[in-house]
Amino acid sequence: MHAITYDSPKSLAQALSLLATAGEKARVLAGGTDLIIQMRAGVRKPEQIVDLKAIAELQMIAFSPQDGLRLGAAVCCARITEDAVIKQHYPGLVEGAALIGSDQIQSRCSVGGNVCNGSPAADTTPALIALGAQCVISSARGTRTVPVEQMVTAPGRTVLQPDEILVEFRIAAPQGHSSDCYQRFIPRNEMDIAVVGVGAAVTVEGGKFTAVRIGLGAVAATPLLAKAAGDSLVGKSVSAESIAAAAVLAQQIATPITDMRGTAEYRKHLVGVLTRRVVTEAAARAKAK
Amino acid sequence: MSGKVQVEMALNGEATEFLCEPRQSLLEVLRDVLGFTGSKEGCLTGDCGACSVVLDGRLVCSCLVLGPEAQGKAVETVEGMAKGNTLHPLQQKFLEHAALQCGICTPGFLVAAKVLLEKNPNPTEHEVRYALAGNLCRCTGYDKIVRAVLDAATVMQGR
Ligand code: FES
Ligand code: FES
Repeated sequence: MHAITYDSPKSLAQALSLLATAGEKARVLAGGTDLIIQMRAGVRKPEQIVDLKAIAELQMIAFSPQDGLRLGAAVCCARITEDAVIKQHYPGLVEGAALIGSDQIQSRCSVGGNVCNGSPAADTTPALIALGAQCVISSARGTRTVPVEQMVTAPGRTVLQPDEILVEFRIAAPQGHSSDCYQRFIPRNEMDIAVVGVGAAVTVEGGKFTAVRIGLGAVAATPLLAKAAGDSLVGKSVSAESIAAAAVLAQQIATPITDMRGTAEYRKHLVGVLTRRVVTEAAARAKAK
Repeated sequence: MSGKVQVEMALNGEATEFLCEPRQSLLEVLRDVLGFTGSKEGCLTGDCGACSVVLDGRLVCSCLVLGPEAQGKAVETVEGMAKGNTLHPLQQKFLEHAALQCGICTPGFLVAAKVLLEKNPNPTEHEVRYALAGNLCRCTGYDKIVRAVLDAATVMQGR
């Protein structure tokens, strides 16, 4: 690996001022499970590493029925899968987080890193899209909020400017009979990258959908919000027919590529299968509440 | 740019200080700076688990941790498992079950299995296989490793 300098600021203000000075030369480090590999391979060559793990805001897990979940961007996935409150309110997010790598990787990898690495196949991003997560981004210039589906602009690229840090995700508290689900397809049991991943978050009242959001992964250059598919279910009764029709709409926005993990046709097919499965499961979970 | 930094950590319970370049991994520090060569280098991409160590109670790939990230942390390696001449039950069972051939993967498996049994003292075979999925072995075919871990769990619970 090339020579680097390393800083571990203890406060967000310190980190932001480091980035304001360093600009493009710096890159922030959370778990390092993507970045360190990329630096070793010479894919990314930052001169200055700013480790965010000692900053309290980035390690926060806070839930309240009014404000919902505040999830620090650097919280490792092991903490998420161990968290009973997150499991209860956002099981789909836990499903996405639990699928990333081995126990060794889980100890380090973060949801913030998963989004900022910008992979179209990131497992937590479709779950976050389904939940309508908002990304709180700070720089020395101020703070802005970006819907998670707008974070990734191309493979490996995000809306973040060189002086900005993704600090936390905000996810609304589930209202009434609401729940979510994430599933991915891989050709083996675990330790693989999604061929397709789909997340859904639904609210059900009196047998009818009142809100549905569906997120798709690994079927386009960036993770996608399948807006028309989700909207089509609102007001419809929870049935195999309505869900199947929504799955067709989800398939229509998928523009997958053919690669070693699967052909474009196969991926389109899987979008339909997984959309039906996750919406059905999320609805069952919502009704059980 | 490549100035060395001073890092203090607890290594297998002992206060340890070292100098490293920030680009050096914890694995490199352990092996090349501190002479703790138990942890092995397999892939350097977080895939094989041969470099597994415990960092503040969590199992990590030391190839994916920068040396300076260990500042103020507690690191446990395979060298900390035996007490003097007494092997850890996992080590003893790996020997009895011949759960190793070339041995490159073994320290990683031992450390990962130790973390598993601390969290879950009585795992099923499925849970053992799942927990060790981040450790690759090209020699044994895994079966003997899984048996050794299950046997060690029995012994450690005094059953
Ligand atoms: S050397 Fe670290 S996981 Fe293979
Ligand atoms: S014993 Fe050789 S790799 Fe496991």
